[in-house]
Amino acid sequence: MWEIGPILRALMRNKVGAVLIAIQMAVTMCIIVNAVHIIVERKALMARESGIDEANSFYITSTGFAPDFNEQVTVQEDLDMLRRLPGVVSAIQINAIPISGGGWSQGLQTEPGAEHDGAYTAVYMVDEQGLKALDVELIAGENFSPTDVRWRERSQSDWPDQTIITKAMAENLFPDLPYQEVVGKTVYINDIEPIIIKGIIDKLQAPWIGWDILENSMLSPEKTLFSSSRYLIRTEPGRMNELMPQVEEMLAESNKGRIIRDPTSMPDTRERSYRSHGAMIKMLTVVMVVLTLVTALGIVGLASFSVNRRRKQIGTRRALGASQGAILRYFMVENFLISSVGVLLGAALTVGLNIYLVQAFSLARIEWYYLPLGMAILWMVGQLAVLGPAKRAADIAPATATRTV
Amino acid sequence: MFSYYLRLAMLSIKRNPILSSLMVAAIALGIGACMTTITVNYIMSADPIPSKSDKLFYVQLDSWDPNNSADADEYSLPSQVTWTEATNLMRAKKAVRQSAMASSGAVIEPPGQDAKPYNASIRLAFTDFFPMFEVPFLYGAPWSHEQDQAREQVVVLSQETNDKIFGGENSVGNSLTIGGNVFTVVGVLKQWEPMPKFYDVTTGAFNEPEELYMPFLLKEELELPNGGNTNCWKTPDGEGFKAFLQSECINFQMWVELPDENAEAAYLDFLNSYAAEQKAMGRFQRPINNRLSDVMEWMEDQEVVADDARIMLWLSFMFLLVCLLNTIGLLLSKFTGKAAEIGLRRAVGASKGDLFMQHLVETGCIGLAGGLAGLGLAYLGLIGIGTLYGDFAKNMTSMDLTMVAVALGLALLSSIAAGLYPTWRACNIAPAGQLKSQ
Repeated sequence: MWEIGPILRALMRNKVGAVLIAIQMAVTMCIIVNAVHIIVERKALMARESGIDEANSFYITSTGFAPDFNEQVTVQEDLDMLRRLPGVVSAIQINAIPISGGGWSQGLQTEPGAEHDGAYTAVYMVDEQGLKALDVELIAGENFSPTDVRWRERSQSDWPDQTIITKAMAENLFPDLPYQEVVGKTVYINDIEPIIIKGIIDKLQAPWIGWDILENSMLSPEKTLFSSSRYLIRTEPGRMNELMPQVEEMLAESNKGRIIRDPTSMPDTRERSYRSHGAMIKMLTVVMVVLTLVTALGIVGLASFSVNRRRKQIGTRRALGASQGAILRYFMVENFLISSVGVLLGAALTVGLNIYLVQAFSLARIEWYYLPLGMAILWMVGQLAVLGPAKRAADIAPATATRTV
Repeated sequence: MFSYYLRLAMLSIKRNPILSSLMVAAIALGIGACMTTITVNYIMSADPIPSKSDKLFYVQLDSWDPNNSADADEYSLPSQVTWTEATNLMRAKKAVRQSAMASSGAVIEPPGQDAKPYNASIRLAFTDFFPMFEVPFLYGAPWSHEQDQAREQVVVLSQETNDKIFGGENSVGNSLTIGGNVFTVVGVLKQWEPMPKFYDVTTGAFNEPEELYMPFLLKEELELPNGGNTNCWKTPDGEGFKAFLQSECINFQMWVELPDENAEAAYLDFLNSYAAEQKAMGRFQRPINNRLSDVMEWMEDQEVVADDARIMLWLSFMFLLVCLLNTIGLLLSKFTGKAAEIGLRRAVGASKGDLFMQHLVETGCIGLAGGLAGLGLAYLGLIGIGTLYGDFAKNMTSMDLTMVAVALGLALLSSIAAGLYPTWRACNIAPAGQLKSQ
């Protein structure tokens, strides 16, 4: 069938070229499949949502320095001013920003005492407007009331006696209970200090995107007196860019005893936090494209060469009655056979590299269907690359057989 | 003879321009990819202070939770020390030089009506910091040991800060308001940017150095805020700043300079007896476990070279392998095409060795061309990485002469390795068979 016998025998007479192509395809497949695997993994990481209204939120920092700077009064004035500003949906003072990289974590436990283990969570200190500003949904229990909110000094170490936690945190603390029943439970912070869970919110990510318990967050009803304040401002859709400079100027003008710095939008924060993942995706894509090109050009080069060397034989076959299609098919089948060896070897290499990556860099294992997919793509690349030279071979005139050299 | 082979090589390269440029391009791509990733890894894993990286030691003590170790495994140590340890070890003065340190920040109010106040990063350290890490001074000098103890409000500025506030003039003796307190400038650093920023990698090994340096004990005096990471296994007993300093919270780094192995062993003994003392006072309830890591050990421990950079290094080497296989294939075709010519030269008296040399020169030329083009590509690649990573990679994307030499060497070596088999095959052609068909 399809002259596989003769093709194989011809290949055996000139093994080196074929072996080179096969190894090249194997290594190419190994790199491409693992690169795609890494890209898919990173894309999945980047697609995770923080839970807040990222497109319309930004934050800005206010640091007091003047000797007569009264932080408590300033924060209250700032919040009143911000909340009255047209276009602002809500504004809060907050100690840390989701997915920004910097924040505060605490352990919560269901039994009091240092000997018990707990679950860690990110802490966001917010007031009763926290849910609105963060755009999170209360799915059980109640929001903080204005009287729940207290002021926290810089080195104060005790906690308010109420908290709102994410659904993920509720499930982490009480794996056997449906989250609705977690409302009203007492948990302990700092080993022994009791806190009552007042409400559950749907989703809010911690500040550290590399954390394996990224979904664990708690809200604490507090405003802070840390000498530096951060305000998170949520605007009406589409008005963030217009309001950012306006807010910066307004705050800077209102009080000269502090500096207003680093207005940052949430889209910028996301881009910055995930930049290394984005960069890795781009680099791997470039590597994949260039590598495929190099391999394809290599196949074109070697195939052209072997066509040129066999001009006379091809002419003879044509003169003896082989059709153009038969010549075309010869080279396509030849390439298919070489590719087959290559992709089989490639499958083994791919798994090998993946095992190494899993061990050395704790990457995930590849899914099984990556292998047949990778093999199919490499087969296709091979066939496409050889098509040009094979067509040229088919165009060789039968009369070539009658000429010497 | 060599120049004759060179001429022949040029002729042969010109005769097959497409095949030749394909080979040069393949080598260039492989070398370009490799050099880009090698450079990034080389800079990430560079020794930031080669003259004494084996004499500087990072101190770790296990002051952690009796019920849990500081990290994954049982022998993990806390990565920083508490205020208590920092000040006790400084008081003991058992090393040749030593400095506890911390990062902080405060608002600077530059002199002059128009200048706007801004937030500056601060490194709190003892005076030994400067000679220990060979920090160069442009003006003035470090503060003295006495000023350390007296908690004097003195400050050393980085060159950029001095440029920004004092327009680059010698500002020693001037005063500067920092965090509402008046400081006296005692020194200005010359441009100093160790890569990685080995003395404190807590918030990133490739961050910029701080803008100001001031005596460590001012932390307590002026209640300066914590920079970097603060970790506590136990809440401070009581309220306020003093309670935090006396707590089991870690936020400080401790470095010592020890000239030789005896000194290192002696210092470790001292740490162990210190831990035993603390045990007797009811602290340090875990088994005694203290560690000294020299600079490179500490960089290794803190995994300064990013995983992504190492993955890309591996992938780029495989990329180079594909490019070389490609080149071998193309060279084979090319040399086989020259069979008749080789046969003729053999017949008129060239030895196999001569032919081998001739073709090696030819592959060498192709390799060198590929290497040069690859250097250009690597340069573009580094610019690309620079734009992709932004200021994270600002200091990571420049090539030095070593890297250029490595690139050309790698190109030459790999192209000759690729050329060996095709050349050997070409030289083994029997002349008679080739002459017949002519």
